[in-house]
Amino acid sequence: MTQDAASSPARNRFVKTSLVVRKEFAEQLAKAVFFLMSVAMVAPLLAIVAYLVWRAWPVLSWNFVVDVPRRGMTDGGIWPAFIGTLYLVGISLAVSAPTGVLAAVYLNEYAKENWLNRIVNLAVINLAGVPSIVHALFGLGAFVYAARFGYSILSASLTLAIMTLPVIIASTREALAAVPASFREACWNVGATRWQTIRAVVLPNSISGILTGVILQVSRAAGETAPIMFTGAVFFKAVEKGQLLPYRLDEQCMALSMHLYTVATQVPNVKESIPYATAVVLLGTVLAVNAAAIALRVWLRNHKKW
Amino acid sequence: MSRDDVRKKIEVEDLRLAYGSQEIIHSISFDVRENEILGIIGPAQSGKTSLLRCLNRTIDFCARARVSGSVRVDGEDVRQMKDVFALRRKIGMVAPLPVGLPLSIYDNVAFAPRSAGLTRKVELNAIVERCLRQAALWDEVKDRLDSLGTALSGGQQQRLTIARALSHQPEVLCLDEFSIAIDPVTTMRIEDVLKTLRREITIILVTNLNQQARRLADRTMFLWGGRIVEIDTTEVVFSDNPANPQTYDYVRGVFG
Repeated sequence: MTQDAASSPARNRFVKTSLVVRKEFAEQLAKAVFFLMSVAMVAPLLAIVAYLVWRAWPVLSWNFVVDVPRRGMTDGGIWPAFIGTLYLVGISLAVSAPTGVLAAVYLNEYAKENWLNRIVNLAVINLAGVPSIVHALFGLGAFVYAARFGYSILSASLTLAIMTLPVIIASTREALAAVPASFREACWNVGATRWQTIRAVVLPNSISGILTGVILQVSRAAGETAPIMFTGAVFFKAVEKGQLLPYRLDEQCMALSMHLYTVATQVPNVKESIPYATAVVLLGTVLAVNAAAIALRVWLRNHKKW
Repeated sequence: MSRDDVRKKIEVEDLRLAYGSQEIIHSISFDVRENEILGIIGPAQSGKTSLLRCLNRTIDFCARARVSGSVRVDGEDVRQMKDVFALRRKIGMVAPLPVGLPLSIYDNVAFAPRSAGLTRKVELNAIVERCLRQAALWDEVKDRLDSLGTALSGGQQQRLTIARALSHQPEVLCLDEFSIAIDPVTTMRIEDVLKTLRREITIILVTNLNQQARRLADRTMFLWGGRIVEIDTTEVVFSDNPANPQTYDYVRGVFG
């Protein structure tokens, strides 16, 4: 074989044909579009946060968080609303997270593919799509009147729980389904029961997905106004500054989302920065919970035993 | 030794398996003798893996599967068994692709004994070491038993899978194309392990490598399209005149 014959195909291989040029252009274009879109995602978030903090700056301080509203809510802080939101979110998740996760484990790991399972599935999906105002009306009828819990933290929390439950079930099922079937089969092959398999392999490997789903519902529960407005949140409640457990469960409470609405639209002559500062605290609380969840996930990943 | 002297470990009789309306195993009958290596060869989609799943009843997890006929292990019909977990401990199973559970290497092997209720640390340590040695993995991992099993290489994970299958002291070990993900050297080491294990347990070796069956198996079964074409001693199946000409074609690669 002559040298020419051997090298000419190799030379030809690196010639930029029109196909190669088009491919490279398409590649660059795709990359640019995807990059722009991801930046476009971040930009509004940063803009929102920056704008809120800028407008809130004059009153934003630790004292604003722990102080109570003063002078007919035109001055002072937001402590009763802040602690009220913690109450509502905490209690509603304490109800919906265990219920939702356990239900999802049953549906995904135990239930056979039959008509009952399909109906439950359909119900979960549809419940997740019910508007919050409808949940609010249901909560009013079911908890406030039928169960005689009255307008109270308990009614409001349970309403929020009902609202978040289907989404927790759906997201937990997603997380469980993401665990490879081969892991389960490997466990069954050595004679493990379903529960032993779930505890040893399925839950540890889906826990971060499960937590993500639950945490997303924290923001939702903290942000919703309609369900609590109908069932247990009030415009104003007298509370001492910085008091840690100001409410009883059968009392009504203030909440950040509701308070934001009130000071932004219902009260005249409010200091301009107060609604913005309220929004910053609401956002900050949610982000803090998210950060805590990420930390917990990292910790769980490093300590697979749990 | 005449044939009647050999104890039958597993007897399969008129076994049929259908997924939905599609029958994929059509009435097969055979038996596995104690302390033999039974090779099962056959092209893809012959029902080899499904057959193994009928033996340890993991077929139960497939909701659409319909099984009829009988599979008896030590004379007991597996479908009548109350304690299916004991059955699965009796029949070790090694899947084609290595599955390191996302647990430590130690826990991967200790999982089955623990599931069976064993908690004493000394016994668990002994089992873990014995099984990892049997699977020819001990020397490579003895210093890092608490690192993740999923972090091992493919070949090591396959040996870990074998160690796990041995950890519940099975009387029958089913290997389903165990060598497709590992290199020839490791394959030979595991084959040596199997030859040693045969003295104590019964082995069912499903393989795509006809030569592997030829090297290891006492008897070989040729399964094709959910039917047994031939089952006989390995010498006969790989000889110039097996009972069925299709067998001859298949083992020589002129099948088509």
